[in-house]
Amino acid sequence: MGYNFNFAPVFNNFDQLLYGALITIQLSFGAILIGLLIAVPCAAAKTAGPKPLRWLVNLYIEVIRNTPFLIQIFFIYFSLPALGVRFDPNTAALVALSVNVGAYATEIVRAGIESINRGQIEAGKALGLKGHQIFRYVVIKPALRTIYPALTSQFIYLMLNSSVVSAISATDLAAAGNNIQSATFAAFEVYLVITVIYFVLSLGFSGLFSAIGRKAFSYPLAR
Amino acid sequence: MFRSFGPNEVLYIVSAVQWTLLLSAIAFAGGAVGGMAIALARVSTTKPLRYAALAFIRVFQGTPLLMQLFLVYFGLSIMGVGINLWVAAAAALTLHASAYLGEIWRGCIEAVPSGQSEASYALGLKYRDRMRYVVLPQAAKISVAPTVGFLVQLIKATSLTSIIGFVELTRAGQIINNATFQPLTVFSLVAAVYFILCWPLSMWARHLEGRFAVATTR
Repeated sequence: MGYNFNFAPVFNNFDQLLYGALITIQLSFGAILIGLLIAVPCAAAKTAGPKPLRWLVNLYIEVIRNTPFLIQIFFIYFSLPALGVRFDPNTAALVALSVNVGAYATEIVRAGIESINRGQIEAGKALGLKGHQIFRYVVIKPALRTIYPALTSQFIYLMLNSSVVSAISATDLAAAGNNIQSATFAAFEVYLVITVIYFVLSLGFSGLFSAIGRKAFSYPLAR
Repeated sequence: MFRSFGPNEVLYIVSAVQWTLLLSAIAFAGGAVGGMAIALARVSTTKPLRYAALAFIRVFQGTPLLMQLFLVYFGLSIMGVGINLWVAAAAALTLHASAYLGEIWRGCIEAVPSGQSEASYALGLKYRDRMRYVVLPQAAKISVAPTVGFLVQLIKATSLTSIIGFVELTRAGQIINNATFQPLTVFSLVAAVYFILCWPLSMWARHLEGRFAVATTR
């Protein structure tokens, strides 16, 4: 075992790690936003859309959920240029993360929509609400409260999973580690510190999400 | 000139699936043993044991699998064991699977009504027999669907071992892509192979879930 741990190279390059962490945070929140913009219409289409549309949404969900994220990002970054669609690494990372989390979030949002009692929707109709009003106030809002814990743990998983984008030379936290590691050879120390940063990020995300949840869903439960 | 993409290249990619499957099987077997230990520790009456298991789960579910792989890989070389890709990949995935299965199975054990455990206690069964004959068989029934669901996650997770250089399905695809430069064909094929592995398992998990929901609805 005579190994001398050497953390100096890690802390000398700490600004690079902070920059990488910032990119990781930006990628995560970007993907969460776009992912939700994908998930809500897809979930609506899956529960109430016409058959071909439902079939299409199902295809999207099954393909994404049954292939590894690494292959999805390789496909977007390496294969799509053959079809004339070209992204720089960080954009490819954002697209891949969004498409990925969109599929998982669709399934979660759909479960939330299906948990809404039909009587609620009928009551909305009886009160003269229009279709989009019913969807917005009677269906989606309480559905989001029900699925909030599942959704946010999916988002934390997304943030951790985003480390995979370093494989296409995006400039996230894990990639910052690769750079420092190849310049200093202190691989174990670098990845240990980065792992701790990811852990702190996951605690931070979890705290932020529960604070948002407390604020957004503070209205009393329906009986 | 690039090599052309022919039947040999397809065969190379498709046959690499054996390493993906073998690695998944090892990680699942190791994860089953570790996961059972973690789950039992999580529901134990000994406080330090409970906290240790909780800490283990928090750490492994709160950090990226890619970093866990790197740490095991470089950690082994630090300990002077030498770098063996099989050992590193299998060890990291086993730890990962132990944490996830431990948390899934804890939920299943806690889903068994506590009256079952209390009744067997009243009948004089010791901890071992209580778990073995009363609690675990009932928990096992509940656990099948989420366990199969996790297996899909584990098969997909093995793709990350390609980043440390372990040759399985994903790495085989990269190797062929580097030689032929047909990224559209290669990664479509690799994705299709993963889909063929994972989709039936996902469908089976959903089917089991549906059946379980029917069985528990009164």
